Amino acid sequence: MNIHEYQAKELFAAYGVPVSKGVAVQSQDAFDEALNSFPENETIVVKSQIHAGGRGKGTFTDGFQGGVKLASNKAEAKEVAAKMLGNTLVTHQTGPVGRKVQTIYFTEAASIAHEYYLAILMDRDTSKPVIIASTEGGVDIEQVAENTPEKITKVFVDPALGIQAYQMRQVAFGLGFSGQAFKDMSKALDGLYKFFWEKDASMVEVNPLILTEEGNVLALDAKVGFDDNALFRHPDIVALRDLSEEDDKEIEASKFNLNYIALDGNIACLVNGAGLAMSTMDIIKHFGGEPANFLDVGGGANAEQVTAAFKIILSDPNVQGILVNIFGGIMKCDIVAEGIIEAAKNVEITIPLVVRLEGTNVNLGKKLLDESGLNLTSADSLSDAAEKIVNLVKQSES
Amino acid sequence: MSVLVDKNTRLLVQGITGRFGGFHAGLSIDYGTTVAAGVTPGKGGTIWGEKVPVFNTVKDAVENEGVNATAIFVPPPFAADSILEAIDAEVPLIVAITEGIPVRDMAEVKAALKNSSCRLIGPNCPGIITPEQCRIGIMPGYIHKPGRVGVLSRSGTLTYEAVWQLTVRGLGQSTCIGIGGDPINGTSHLDAIKLFNEDPDTDAVIMIGEIGGSAEEEAAAYIKDNVKKPIAAFIAGTTAPPGRRMGHAGAIVSGNSGTAEGKITALKAAGIEVAETPSDMADALLRIYHP
Repeated sequence: MNIHEYQAKELFAAYGVPVSKGVAVQSQDAFDEALNSFPENETIVVKSQIHAGGRGKGTFTDGFQGGVKLASNKAEAKEVAAKMLGNTLVTHQTGPVGRKVQTIYFTEAASIAHEYYLAILMDRDTSKPVIIASTEGGVDIEQVAENTPEKITKVFVDPALGIQAYQMRQVAFGLGFSGQAFKDMSKALDGLYKFFWEKDASMVEVNPLILTEEGNVLALDAKVGFDDNALFRHPDIVALRDLSEEDDKEIEASKFNLNYIALDGNIACLVNGAGLAMSTMDIIKHFGGEPANFLDVGGGANAEQVTAAFKIILSDPNVQGILVNIFGGIMKCDIVAEGIIEAAKNVEITIPLVVRLEGTNVNLGKKLLDESGLNLTSADSLSDAAEKIVNLVKQSES
Repeated sequence: MSVLVDKNTRLLVQGITGRFGGFHAGLSIDYGTTVAAGVTPGKGGTIWGEKVPVFNTVKDAVENEGVNATAIFVPPPFAADSILEAIDAEVPLIVAITEGIPVRDMAEVKAALKNSSCRLIGPNCPGIITPEQCRIGIMPGYIHKPGRVGVLSRSGTLTYEAVWQLTVRGLGQSTCIGIGGDPINGTSHLDAIKLFNEDPDTDAVIMIGEIGGSAEEEAAAYIKDNVKKPIAAFIAGTTAPPGRRMGHAGAIVSGNSGTAEGKITALKAAGIEVAETPSDMADALLRIYHP
């Protein structure tokens, strides 16, 4: 689960990580009150809040440039904010559709002496949290890693011990800090690690972390993701979830414990198991089709879930064919067949449907489908199924 | 003719009185597995399914029944604690089926494992099976057939797909290991490859991977220098969009790392036969393995 920058900074502040003062607003009526607390005639940063990076270099669909802007006074800040709020911002991470800006974050501007990069995430190879720091802030860390890897400091934290003072020194000295700023940096890192660990974050990224002209350490941006598996123990984090940032079909799917991800193609798939669901997408592509979604109904899906899955698939206007691929292990093929028959009663399926069943109770499942009178095509293997649905969709297009 | 589990395995089931754990404990018994004990805190002293003694702690189960493997069917909030309890009781093989364990909990488990002699398989996996000898987990037993091909995979149903392709072609399996779809797991692709390489009764291996992390690349580097047995592989997720978790918590492409293309290139460079599609897994193996 992801949260907005302004929410992340509120959490940072609670953990002693210094952030610039800011106010988030959701409506134009609230602009004046929000800006009241800012000093007259000082630069104000106006930031669009969406769950995607590259906001500063983004473009709004009406042509307005930049999702993050500097305003020289309150009047200008209001004017810029009014252009952003409710507008749709397209960045290299949003895709061409973009995201509607529903929150504006006003912050005090800072005078930047140097920009740094700081992140904490779980390293899969070592199974330890890793702190990644670089003197090259404000740019894409992957480029830094490729071109100048020597400018990146990595410190691995033993999960059983937590962050140690010497590790904070390694990072702060690694970035070239000294004096009071060194102490402030160590303290900020300590707070950031505690936040990462206690709140089960999957990633915390501060890009840039800055040293101001006045010598203060500040987190200028904040990108935070949480481990979905750990949300059960963090109701405070769950409360920060912004459903408007998520796909409607994905929200609906999550209500039925279905794992659904919307894609751009026209062949929908309904599969049990994440690995098989991914490979079903791959094999559709292999035979020249384009998958419309990833959908894993899980190991123990019932008829209600299969019906919900069909409804979600069919609510995507791009879908022109459906491939059902089930390898019944624990999930029995006859239960899946019943689900398909039940779904067909509730949702009208007018597009080609190919069903491949294998595994537990396969013969019973096939028999149920044959006797149901449903207009569907059976397939024997995964490649047979993929080839059939791709061809049927091509025929219906021509 | 197997790795890790065989007819001498005495299995403990942690969470045996739960619906999920009980159902699969029953299927494992039907398959011929020796389910020697169960653990459910608070239900110690009772008997499950007419003959399996239930204990309050793993230590009690080890002392009384001499179990040498455990299957964990405990819900995610409590699963890490159950694994730690099994490590403390020094159960040599711990198989964690549970899906949805927080990554932070697994980081702690992994740290504890390093100081022990236990092996963890999973979590978020279908388990491990040596056909007609021992089934630990949730896989359908009947698709398997005894033989000399090892199968290892991060995905459950994709493993069944590979096993079924082998079985219908008359090729049996030595052991099938589901290593699980989580970002932090107990046994890696590399660990499993080493086990199969050292097993005199495994002649060839199908290795199934997916997007995310670099475990497949590590295994490929080892195979290139150390493994002479024929190995076929398949990588799922060629069409997965970057930055999205594809069902498995570990299946995510971050930036330029963890892509299917990168993994396939590494596998091919190591001389591994890569299946073009998930339908091609057994045939890919048969292109380089002639039993």
